[in-house]
Amino acid sequence: MMNLLILLVVVFAIIAILRLMKVYELTAELKGETEEKVKQKDIRFNAGMMIGALVFIFGFCIFQLVKYSHVILPESASEHGVDVDNLMNFNLIIISIVFVATNFLLFYFASKYYFRPGNKATFVSHNNKLEMVWTVIPAIVLSVIIIYGLTTWNKITSAVEGEAINIELYAKQFDWTARYEGKDNVLGSYDYRLTSDTNPLALVTEDKANNDDILVKGEFHIPVGKEVMFNFRSRDVIHSAYMPHFRAQMNCVPGMITNFHFKPILTTAEMRKKLNNPDFNYILLCNKICGAAHYNMQMDIIVETPEEYNKWLAEQKTFAMSNVVAPVEEVKTPEVKVDSLAAAPKDTVKLATK
Amino acid sequence: MSMDTHAHATVHEHDNHAHGHDDHDHDHEQTFVEKYIFSQDHKIISRQFLITAIIMGVIAMMMSVFFRMQLAWPGEKFTMLETFLGDWAPGGVMTPDIYLALVTIHGTIMVFFVLTGGLSGTFSNLLIPLQIGARDMASGFLNMLSYWFFAVSSVIMVASLFVETGPASAGWTIYPPLSALPEAIPGSGTGMTMWLVSMAIFIASSLLGSLNYIVTILNLRTKGMTMTKLPLTIWAFLVTAILGVLSFPVLLGAVVLLIFDRSLGTSFYLSDIFISGQALEQTGGSPVLFEHLFWFLGHPEVYIVILPALGITSEIVATMSRKPIFGYRAMIGSILAIGFLSFIVWGHHMFLTGMNPFLGSVFVFTTLLIAIPSAVKAFNYITTLWKANIIYSPAMLFAVGLVSTFVTGGVTGIILADSALDINLHDTYFVVGHFHIVMGASAIFGMFAGVYHWFPKMFGRMMNNKLGYVHFWFTFISVFGVFFPMHFTGLAGVPRRYYSNEAFAIFDGTVEINVLITGFAIFGCCAQVLFIFNFFYSIYKGRKASQNPWKSTTLEWTTPVEHLHGNWPGAIPEVHRWAYDYSKPGKDDDFVPQNVPLTPGEEEH
Repeated sequence: MMNLLILLVVVFAIIAILRLMKVYELTAELKGETEEKVKQKDIRFNAGMMIGALVFIFGFCIFQLVKYSHVILPESASEHGVDVDNLMNFNLIIISIVFVATNFLLFYFASKYYFRPGNKATFVSHNNKLEMVWTVIPAIVLSVIIIYGLTTWNKITSAVEGEAINIELYAKQFDWTARYEGKDNVLGSYDYRLTSDTNPLALVTEDKANNDDILVKGEFHIPVGKEVMFNFRSRDVIHSAYMPHFRAQMNCVPGMITNFHFKPILTTAEMRKKLNNPDFNYILLCNKICGAAHYNMQMDIIVETPEEYNKWLAEQKTFAMSNVVAPVEEVKTPEVKVDSLAAAPKDTVKLATK
Repeated sequence: MSMDTHAHATVHEHDNHAHGHDDHDHDHEQTFVEKYIFSQDHKIISRQFLITAIIMGVIAMMMSVFFRMQLAWPGEKFTMLETFLGDWAPGGVMTPDIYLALVTIHGTIMVFFVLTGGLSGTFSNLLIPLQIGARDMASGFLNMLSYWFFAVSSVIMVASLFVETGPASAGWTIYPPLSALPEAIPGSGTGMTMWLVSMAIFIASSLLGSLNYIVTILNLRTKGMTMTKLPLTIWAFLVTAILGVLSFPVLLGAVVLLIFDRSLGTSFYLSDIFISGQALEQTGGSPVLFEHLFWFLGHPEVYIVILPALGITSEIVATMSRKPIFGYRAMIGSILAIGFLSFIVWGHHMFLTGMNPFLGSVFVFTTLLIAIPSAVKAFNYITTLWKANIIYSPAMLFAVGLVSTFVTGGVTGIILADSALDINLHDTYFVVGHFHIVMGASAIFGMFAGVYHWFPKMFGRMMNNKLGYVHFWFTFISVFGVFFPMHFTGLAGVPRRYYSNEAFAIFDGTVEINVLITGFAIFGCCAQVLFIFNFFYSIYKGRKASQNPWKSTTLEWTTPVEHLHGNWPGAIPEVHRWAYDYSKPGKDDDFVPQNVPLTPGEEEH
């Protein structure tokens, strides 16, 4: 019944519009107006609207800056992230100037130079000097942007100086596992064919280096002020390890190991204080479409003092210790029932808990 | 081949007999099927492309409204969703799988079917022969095939929506292994197979079209139409076609190898994968190879989308400003520079794939270089408006809107091209906002501008101006309303392709932004009804157009309003001047058509 009513309304609306169009056209015809001879009234209206557009764009920008600035990521919690933020601010200032200036000129001219009967446009076909100016100036500005940007990029991607803590981040549909080196400072070898419920990271059990490796889920810890080298690995499809507060991201690609390293500079406690939010946690999330529960593939990151970190690490079970079949531990799963999840193997290893 | 010669034969015959004949003569010789369905006439083919693209555009736009509703009000029940999505939205809440499918197909249709097939297909076909002074395309038959391949691929793409396991859902970039393994996501089953088949056919269509455009532009220009007298539309279409010919085959290669991986067990892209409790045999391949192949097309593709829009804008800005386009040669130079550079920047989509950081640096450099010719184009448009005499037709509004969105979306590209900044913005809503403004909105503005401007040439009637004005202002407002706030959610770290942001407390602040965006999206979607109504109404009931409604200089307006095969009833006009003699000093009219000889002592420009 409701649908029928809606249908009727739509049909009548269309008929009404068609009638209105007819009336509009008949009156226009009587007045000798055509669509191709645009009415002066319309030209003036649209020219005025150009200023309206300018006000709308800039007004909307200011509205958002005022209203939404607080949602933007807080200050960087990693050392290189500070450089990234500085570079970002530098670029934002430049593009904001360009954005404001060009839009202003565009809409100002568009509004000022509208058609007036008897008026004639100025015939200018080109001006080499002027065109040179707006080729060379962007080129110079871009050179600065490129040099500044690449210097930062090289600094971020250059090899670690001195010692770093090696952590493997292992991605699969739809959760993360972190693996620490253990006492021997070596991440043991793996072979994807060994993947099983009891050995989710496919570690080679014969490899002694694996015995003291530590596997954790749900959250992982890193010490403040120490360089951390992440090695990313994926079981099934491409994932992307995104740690927004540290300005860090790298894809996890099946069949290869990728890396990213950074030095955290603010502990979780410090950040909680800065944000005045006792529940705040740094997060690792997946940022490459990976399947139905892509939107909920996360892990908490705890940054703490080296002492706290060492204490936490010492409490964790090693691979050798935990390699016993234990009851399934529920991982956060999406609320909506997802068929493809059923296909994914459940991890039955007893892993480190929060 | 024989069909081909046949097409030429009719054209020649036309040449000889057209004088004094009623032009309807030829129409009678063709059956309905020949004239409107399997037509070899570029004007009909262009209409076919346009109408197909509008239908595809409506489908893709509806999808975007659906997933925007999910993003703004996750978990909320909408009866409408159940009506349209059926079992994929039980109780009116869409499942995560169909969310990803909608995002994927929305992107695919918009990028390929609307902004590539629709934009190039419509306007290259309509304008190339008419503006260069040719009777038709070099090969009418290939042109016809080009449309029908496009139509078939569109049908397959739409049909994939009705597959039980759902359409392709791995994102429009279909990165393997997700796209290769049905175990990973149901959409990678039959849906993905249909996606791949559809794209392979689409690529064939695009190649047939592009080769035809290139040959026609290079060989069939009328007497006097040197390359430097061509309107900028034609330059844009030429470079677009060259980009298509060079890059689409690479996508075909990528697609074929993916088909092999999916069905023949090869390992081009797959390596060391364990899924569904099973270790796959494949080893040694790399998904990064696919990314390289995909983006080798994917990046030129965005210029395939934007260049025709810029060409159309150049033409409309000059005509409606009653002023020559500023810096004609610089405009050609920047089109060529953009075309060339677009081939050596694809790596900026891959800074974080594990590609060597040094290689990343090279791509940063080449990518940022593109800003220079783009800036030249923007400044030249703005200078064209300076001291002009602007007539605001709906087309002109969209052209001005394009310059604004091109600049606004372009500047955020400078941020994303910087690899160090891309680390934190890659795959966030900042990217979504950026490319929708610079490429999506600009290209669709170019397309709307073209439709309003050349509607009288396509259908012999005028579209209603008033509806056009309302359509523009509503669309303009909703473009900024939808895509500008996305930069803020991006800076908040919200990843794209997330079914819901509720799982993360840190994104709680973005909830109201998402509601705002969806509000503007629904508003913008409704505004398009004005266009669709205006378009179809005007085809049948619009006011009859005169021969040169916008008082334009280019050759298409020297043809009669009534369409005839061969375009000009008599000899093809000869060209004596460039396309931009508007408001030339010493002339009575404010425009001098290209076919008017220079008066003695008149300087060219």
